[in-house]
Amino acid sequence: MRVSLFIPCFIDQLTPQVGLATAKVLKKLGQEIEFNSSQTCCGQPSYNSGQWEIAKEGAIRSLEVFKDAEVVVGPSGSCVAMMKKFYPELLHGTKYEAEAKRLSQRTFEFSDFIVSQLKITDVGATLNKKVTYHDGCHALRELRLKEEPRKLLRAVKGLELIETEEAESCCGFGGLFAVKFPMISTAMVQVKAGALARTGADYIVSSDPSCLLQIGGWLSREGKVIRPLHIAELLAMGIDDV
Amino acid sequence: MSDSKSIFIKEATLTSADGEQRQFIRTALGGYYKNRDIYQARYRDWELARDAASLAKWSAVNNLAEVLEKFVAKFEANGGKVHWARDAAEARKIILDLVAKANATAVIKSKCMTTEEIHLNDALEKAGFGVVESDLGEFIQQLRGEAPYHFVFPCMHLKREAISELFTKHLGTAPTDSPEELTMIARRHLRKLYITADVGITGANFLVADTGQISITENEGNARLTAAMPRVHIALSGIEKVINTIDDLTVLLPMLATAGAGQPMTCYNTLYAGPKKPGELDGPEEFHLVLLDNARTQILADPEQRDSLHCIRCGACLNVCPIFKNIGGHAYGTTYQGPIGSVITPHLRGLKDWNHLSGASSLCGACTDACPVRIDLHHHLLQNRRNAAKVVPNLFDRVFHGSFNFVIQRPALFSLGGKVFRKTFGLLKHLPLPYLGTWLKSRDLPAIPQKSFREVWKDSKNV
Amino acid sequence: MSEARKEIMGRIREALKTPSPKPHLKGQSSKVTGKAWLPEVGDTHAETMGLLSDNLAKLKASFHPVENLDQAIALVKDLAQKKNWKNIAYHKNDLVTPVALAIDGNAWAVDDSFSKDKLEAADVGLTSCVSIVAQFGAILVSSETSGGRGLSILPPVHVVIAKADQVVPDLAACFEQINLQFGGKMPSMLSFITGPSRTGDIERILVLGAHGPKELYLILVR
Repeated sequence: MRVSLFIPCFIDQLTPQVGLATAKVLKKLGQEIEFNSSQTCCGQPSYNSGQWEIAKEGAIRSLEVFKDAEVVVGPSGSCVAMMKKFYPELLHGTKYEAEAKRLSQRTFEFSDFIVSQLKITDVGATLNKKVTYHDGCHALRELRLKEEPRKLLRAVKGLELIETEEAESCCGFGGLFAVKFPMISTAMVQVKAGALARTGADYIVSSDPSCLLQIGGWLSREGKVIRPLHIAELLAMGIDDV
Repeated sequence: MSDSKSIFIKEATLTSADGEQRQFIRTALGGYYKNRDIYQARYRDWELARDAASLAKWSAVNNLAEVLEKFVAKFEANGGKVHWARDAAEARKIILDLVAKANATAVIKSKCMTTEEIHLNDALEKAGFGVVESDLGEFIQQLRGEAPYHFVFPCMHLKREAISELFTKHLGTAPTDSPEELTMIARRHLRKLYITADVGITGANFLVADTGQISITENEGNARLTAAMPRVHIALSGIEKVINTIDDLTVLLPMLATAGAGQPMTCYNTLYAGPKKPGELDGPEEFHLVLLDNARTQILADPEQRDSLHCIRCGACLNVCPIFKNIGGHAYGTTYQGPIGSVITPHLRGLKDWNHLSGASSLCGACTDACPVRIDLHHHLLQNRRNAAKVVPNLFDRVFHGSFNFVIQRPALFSLGGKVFRKTFGLLKHLPLPYLGTWLKSRDLPAIPQKSFREVWKDSKNV
Repeated sequence: MSEARKEIMGRIREALKTPSPKPHLKGQSSKVTGKAWLPEVGDTHAETMGLLSDNLAKLKASFHPVENLDQAIALVKDLAQKKNWKNIAYHKNDLVTPVALAIDGNAWAVDDSFSKDKLEAADVGLTSCVSIVAQFGAILVSSETSGGRGLSILPPVHVVIAKADQVVPDLAACFEQINLQFGGKMPSMLSFITGPSRTGDIERILVLGAHGPKELYLILVR
């Protein structure tokens, strides 16, 4: 398939390696990769802040950016949920509604695309590490992706997946919530990241880089050794080791 | 900033920094999670049971006029008397008049959040009527002069030592660290009051239209006693509690217990049809029901959030909410805490003063998944944010998001802006910038990369 | 019609002029009945009885299936002696009366001369019931079958004596029976009792006997 990469704004600027890993894994799986550099941000920050009129402009812009894409794949459950689930609601009753639905049907989160569209669980990676998985809330509850990333992880040779009781708890990021209510957000990440760190895993893996920003940011400040890693980065790393 | 918001920020800052108390709350909820999972697993299909419960409430709420009329006719045919209250003040007046007419010297109450909503106890006390809360948690909170912490578990924030001290101070009992003994102290204290009270006040969990009964769910037996012993029984209920048929309870009673308390069914689920009937041995001579609107019809008028009237007040959304677990119930400053409270309080008390509750959410959606009647809770928080942006314009937000949008509409500018941010981050991180500065107070950012993804992609044209 | 009633009804009718969509459901059915999704009740009578027994045990209620009334009498007499029940309050009924009268103590039929104070002083309340729901271990009592409202809740011990054929498999069957039996004339109180009174209000730790009975016995006569 011709995969059009959807690289959310903060991955573009802060963690480009996640975008590169996404491209690398998909390429390894035989996909043709394209990146439309006119993409910027999906508009979720404005949407979540209640500025829906402003968010609509961002949404309409994305419809234009991806209008010719065969499929759109993004390494962020949250930003993909914005496109896949919230664009059709945001643009409901406007002339863009049909196009929003068409984009929604063609847009997939990275692990979902590999497992449900490419029907692949073993990407051919090997990695002798212990990992624990963090479910990003948008991936888990808006996109209903729970098993997809785990299937990919379990198929990595040498990898040990350690589940934590707090796997489904929110990390406290929540977009601008993290800086509008920092005390609550920090308390939440303390609970979440604390539980993840106690697993003794080498990496905290997630399909949501924004959660990893929050979890990693707190762990780094607290001086913990466990490292956050996007699932695409992990798979790309495992492919390297082959 | 509204008063309610500044109080919220102040309280939440204090409570979210109290690691010991937060751990205490999580430990207290641990048993609930375990039992909830056990009893949910016994359902043949919990998700389809949620469908059934949701439809039962949806069909009643969306035909509220007819269903209420039917209920009222049946209720009165059973010998009860219905009173209508447009708002809290009217409900208080009705109840005070009824209590006065009963020449009551003592009033006993069982747990009812709607009475908290209308501040009934204050009004009764001001009018000179002693009123005693009989639910253990509410009894403790009344002695403390404090609002319930959680609308199902009123004193879950208290350690046994604090309760023991409270009882020693107010009841003169010997200190104890046994929850059992503390419970027995309250039991002994309240027992005579059931017998001597002239009026018993309860809430109602469901109003059953086809039979004219009210249904009350509880565990302790205090509501049973409150509705059995005093001469006059007054129940207060929101108009949205009505359901079509008694058969709807087939799914609603067990789900209320399982979702709310991790039980198969609560200890007592009682249906009342009128006062004591001829030939019956005991029970009240009069049975009054006060039906309260108090802005419920405003929620009804919002089709998008109408389903928040499906709420059966089980408290499941609080129990799973990371905000609730980390800031506690009092920080909200509302009658109804947690996600459902954050959804409905702006309707009940005004969006202008209460929209911050919708903002104080990571929108994680755990509440929506936990709701036995499928209220779309976290999306309603999102809608409240949208509504607030219209009703209470926030200049900072408008400028911030307007500028942000200006940038993201222009890829070259976005790219340049990103570059400038990355190149000057070493300086920016020391400045008291909004958002960035706040983030960096408790969290780091990853090492800032030299090049953005788009730059690397452009350079390599490949990977 | 009161002003308030008129106004509230008016607000409701006005509000409902705009319809709201059906909730997002998992299933496709437009009319979903709940009973099919509740906990399993087993296919055979033996399975239902096993379920009832398990449920009552989990609820910390005491369950005693007996062969006949004589066994029930002997059992309660023995319990009364061990537990030192002296003041016995009961509701007259074919099953309950002989049991109450056989106990070595002061048996008082609430039907004869009701007194709140006397009821408060009772050590045990003996009643019959409407039905027993195996699915949840719930005992349905009414103001008719159980000596009014107080007898099954005020004394510290509640003993229910019922016949085995009063057991219904699930809640749906129980409501069906209520509708058939009482129709438009409901007793003033119908109460599902699911285990002895309890609270978790202090640190979410379970304590039995919050305000209602601390002990609950179900004696089921075949």
